[in-house]
Amino acid sequence: MMNKSEKTALLQSASAAKEIEGRSLWRDARIRLFRNKAAVGSMIILGIITLLAIIAPLLSPYAYDQIDWGYIQEGPNWENGHIFGTDGNGRDLFIRVLYGARVSLAVGLLATAVSLIIGVTYGAIAGYFGGKIDSIMMRFVDVLYSLPFMFFVIMLMVVFGRNIFLIFVALGAVEWLTMARIVRGQTLSLRRREFIEAAHATGVSNFKIIFRHVIPNVLGPVIVYMTLTIPQVILTESFLSFLGLGVQEPLTSWGVLISEGAKVIEASTWMLIYPAVFLALTLFCFNFIGDGLRDALDPKDR
Amino acid sequence: MTVMTTAPDKRDNAPILSVRDLKVHFPIPGKGLFAKDRPLKAVDGVDFDLYPGETLGVVGESGCGKSTLGRAILQLIAPSGGQVAWLGKNIVGIPHRDMQPLRRDLQIIFQDPLASLNPRMTIGEIIAEPLVTHKPELGKDEIKTRVKRMMARVGLLPQMINRYPHEFSGGQCQRIGIARAMILEPKLIVCDEPVSALDVSIQAQIVNLLQELQREFDLSLIFISHDLSIVRHICHRIMVLYLGNVMELADRDSIYANPKHPYTKALISAVPIPDPEIERNKERIVLTGDLPSPLSPPSGCVFRTRCPFAQEKCATDVPTIDRVSETQEVACHFHNSI
Repeated sequence: MMNKSEKTALLQSASAAKEIEGRSLWRDARIRLFRNKAAVGSMIILGIITLLAIIAPLLSPYAYDQIDWGYIQEGPNWENGHIFGTDGNGRDLFIRVLYGARVSLAVGLLATAVSLIIGVTYGAIAGYFGGKIDSIMMRFVDVLYSLPFMFFVIMLMVVFGRNIFLIFVALGAVEWLTMARIVRGQTLSLRRREFIEAAHATGVSNFKIIFRHVIPNVLGPVIVYMTLTIPQVILTESFLSFLGLGVQEPLTSWGVLISEGAKVIEASTWMLIYPAVFLALTLFCFNFIGDGLRDALDPKDR
Repeated sequence: MTVMTTAPDKRDNAPILSVRDLKVHFPIPGKGLFAKDRPLKAVDGVDFDLYPGETLGVVGESGCGKSTLGRAILQLIAPSGGQVAWLGKNIVGIPHRDMQPLRRDLQIIFQDPLASLNPRMTIGEIIAEPLVTHKPELGKDEIKTRVKRMMARVGLLPQMINRYPHEFSGGQCQRIGIARAMILEPKLIVCDEPVSALDVSIQAQIVNLLQELQREFDLSLIFISHDLSIVRHICHRIMVLYLGNVMELADRDSIYANPKHPYTKALISAVPIPDPEIERNKERIVLTGDLPSPLSPPSGCVFRTRCPFAQEKCATDVPTIDRVSETQEVACHFHNSI
């Protein structure tokens, strides 16, 4: 064993060295995620779809609500610029699919973000405080769960009229329930962990414990669930639009386009195929990314 | 392990902490829809004093309430009765607001070194948290300097400040835990089996580090453990718990040389002696049976169901704590005759 002065001398010489950058668990997870080929491929495809949706007006000579009287319900044709064909009203399908992507992706991301913020905060508070507070908060969630979703949406439409903003609200209001349950469960198992107790013993306030110690540690399952919620929300929006409760003409979404295409599936297949391919591709990508994230964040669970 | 510690001259000082009749009862829901809750008596009437610079060992088998006692003293678990006086002032049941400033003097070190560190924070952030909480007026740079100084003090390389807990070994993680507990220079640290999860060579390093820090900062320690040889090395006084009750409380030397309570005798006779001759020939008191359920503790003396000397009186009367000498107290009816 070295004596103390030698030890301190060694420490001092070593401490002159530069600070070593640690490798956080997030960075480890990122490295594992980027090794997953399906997830990386999905991210690239999703990136391309998102980019196309953003720069949509630059890509086509036609506007999304512009009627081309010469080509009504014509198939794909490279010569006149309608590369995906036109719909029953003579509008260019390519630009409409990209505008549909805008709506569908925006609904997916925004509704998920709403559900994320409400659900994580609500679940973490319920799980962390436990006892009576937890019981009351979770019974409230149970009550909301038992409301039929379609009934809820139709009521909103009847009272406030059809409005794309309402769809965000309705979807977010439903999706946060599951998120809250997941976060609560995770928080319950974290609550008795020793590092939380250590924070207590130090006198860190409950609010800070929740945001500094609890939430960062439940984020793994939350992110995975989030990537699986986005496609679910997009699907639900498509379903609502298919029923005629979604976005209003002339604006469109993938659900609306698929609904229109399905009506004329025999006469003009392209009207169904193009939006359906985009929707399926997006859902696939989100699911692959979700799988990849789960493997990356929880390497033990594989 | 080097020198044995000598007890500080404590009789001149007022106790830093005095615990009187401390009780922690957990309500266990009864069976059936309308059944009443039954109390689980984890800690059932514990008294002791702790003096500045002193180490009190708390020993006992698993489930005897050692950890619960430690947490109840720090008010991490609300006690159901009794008093904990910190510097002469009772802290049981005081409002959260009043407890907050006292927490800078009361710290805890845990058994599982890795589980006690938040895996998403760098160790710099972990060690700095008490400072950020209690002394937010210090600037970022000052906090960082202090964290680095404390890291060097507990034997960690200061340039590791940006690393994460999973990048360290168990012994290093325990040093991080000690650094976090020490950064505010507290007066009392409850060590909840701080070395049980470490291997023996590391145990010695951590115990020696605790002793060095104790001398340097005049710390009081409550050292919870079931390893009697480590307790003997570090503690000045030792308290033996059984089923949430104090069996014996005495100076280290008295308790090892002359245990009075049959339970203490059994525990001490189970410590192996590193000499095969003595070890083979020594008389060992073997206890039969298991710890009774704390939901329905035995009447009278809680230890009577496993005591080789139990008599009728033990089932009817709860033994009082007798002072057998200046430094030794024991809770047994027959400590003179056995």
